[in-house]
Amino acid sequence: MTTLDPLRLTARDAKRLLVDGEISAAELTKVYLDQIAAVEPKVRAYILVTSDNAAKYSTKVDREMQAMRGPLAGLPIAVKDNMVTEGVTTTCASRILHNYQPVYTATAVRQVWEDHVVMLGKTNLDEFAMGSSTENSSCQVTANPWDLSTVPGGSSGGSAAAVAAGEALWALGSDTGGSIRQPASLCGIVGMKPTYGAVSRYGLIAFASSLDQIGPLTRSVYDCALLLQHLVGRDPRDATSVELPEPVALPSAERLDGLRMGVPSEYLAVGIEPGVRARFDETLARVEELGATCVEISLPHTEYALPAYYIIAPAEASANLARFDGVRYGYRCADPVDLTDLYERTRGEGFGPEVKRRIMIGTYALSAGYYDAYYGRAQKVRTLVRRDFEAAFAEVDLIASPTSPTVAFKAGSRTDDPLAMYMSDVCTIPANLAGLPAISIPCGLSDGLPVGLQLIGPAFSENRMLEAAHALEGAIGFDTAPPFADPRPRPEAEGWNPGGITYRPEDAQS
Amino acid sequence: MAVPLRRPQQEERDMISEDDVRYVARLARLHIEQDEAARMTGELAKILAHVDKMSELAIADVPPTAHVLDVVNVTREDKERPSLPREEALHNAPAVSDDCFRVPRMG
Repeated sequence: MTTLDPLRLTARDAKRLLVDGEISAAELTKVYLDQIAAVEPKVRAYILVTSDNAAKYSTKVDREMQAMRGPLAGLPIAVKDNMVTEGVTTTCASRILHNYQPVYTATAVRQVWEDHVVMLGKTNLDEFAMGSSTENSSCQVTANPWDLSTVPGGSSGGSAAAVAAGEALWALGSDTGGSIRQPASLCGIVGMKPTYGAVSRYGLIAFASSLDQIGPLTRSVYDCALLLQHLVGRDPRDATSVELPEPVALPSAERLDGLRMGVPSEYLAVGIEPGVRARFDETLARVEELGATCVEISLPHTEYALPAYYIIAPAEASANLARFDGVRYGYRCADPVDLTDLYERTRGEGFGPEVKRRIMIGTYALSAGYYDAYYGRAQKVRTLVRRDFEAAFAEVDLIASPTSPTVAFKAGSRTDDPLAMYMSDVCTIPANLAGLPAISIPCGLSDGLPVGLQLIGPAFSENRMLEAAHALEGAIGFDTAPPFADPRPRPEAEGWNPGGITYRPEDAQS
Repeated sequence: MAVPLRRPQQEERDMISEDDVRYVARLARLHIEQDEAARMTGELAKILAHVDKMSELAIADVPPTAHVLDVVNVTREDKERPSLPREEALHNAPAVSDDCFRVPRMG
């Protein structure tokens, strides 16, 4: 067996090794389980590692290789714990779902299971995907493998950290305002939010239904396209899902000749750190070296996108989270005196501070007398943000910006200031409001921490975006192996904590 | 803790009060502690002040966006299919009796 470096191995190479018979699926899975055993005590990316099942299933893939020969067969994956998985506990990193055993599986997860990927486990996230640092998890705090004293970003911070730390070959995440792209940026990997509707949301525990979208977190742009191929498709169980106008193609471009790249001046006026700005400017120079033209453009309503998002997302969340009431599943408070007491204390004890804050904002914004001033206005701003993009895409093919205004920040540095945390997503939120596809790829380091480049494209321009990202990735030549710097003891999360590595024999993949 | 049953009168829309917070928490069926209400009042005031930036825009004539894709009235075939078996539907319930979800009496 070839010695594999899980910090650098791509799915493309792993697949070739499997097909050539150089390694078995069981050996490949063991590479990741060993890496999990080695670094998970520091990184804590997983809420649940399904190690026995992964080992068993990978052996089955080897044994039945003929029948199971699919494009993804035997490639190990991590899944964000807000996608329901039949028979495998799904917590959404919330106390209110601490014991939830789904009786069905999310379509996106089912599709990759049917392609015989091996699920390694469920990854940590901000509770109900509400946050930008994964510190809002009620299970555990995840560390960024580039510097263990910093956050991995969020809300798909567990998935991003798992991939960056070599604890998974690739992973699934979800993106409502940047929750795939921002952690991918902070962890030095690739993360993509497809066009709204490209991937079924069935079985993705809903946060903000008009914004949520599942997508890949991977070590390369090629891997991102490969995984995306198996996620997309119209699903009768999600009425908002659509068929892509053309199949997702595996990218091969090395040049960007003739491409017009828009650079929105408003995105560079939002407090971009000097180190991030420097890497971004260098990347734009590469864009031109590869044959593209950079054009300054204006997206004039950018500064209104964040305020609109922080009404629309909480409003939808306050409605979606009404279902967690202690009656049908999840946590129930002790000794309720009557039904109202049951509802109020179950939710008061079951939800963490950020989730409560968003339920409160959303309920307030939707309440009588305030609807027009907040929700109605936010939906109109959403139209203006969409029009900005429509006008821009009449002039350019893609839009480039930094993914996050900063590199990974210190754990605890923004937890006391919700607005400061919200500003982490200022460059990523507009694409969600407009339903557009967007990708983040690593474009260098600032003070030893990864910087992400974001590309935004018109709806259904996934192939164009992936080709451009692939060409840029080749020119940038980023090394995805993190140093696990500054190791130090991490504070234990207080109170309820099902985190760490647990496995229950009843957990079954399918 | 006395929870206001009606929205408190407000002098200015932007100034959310602690009574507002308790009222909204009741609407959301969310128990919050005394100190939580005080802290949340400050936090929500700050967030709402930020959100109020939207009022700078003259947008009376702009149509709202509820959905970004050009799809309307998606229907499925009106065909019978098996529903979730009862035991599976009850599988995660905190309390069950007589094949039903069990809850305490109404207040």
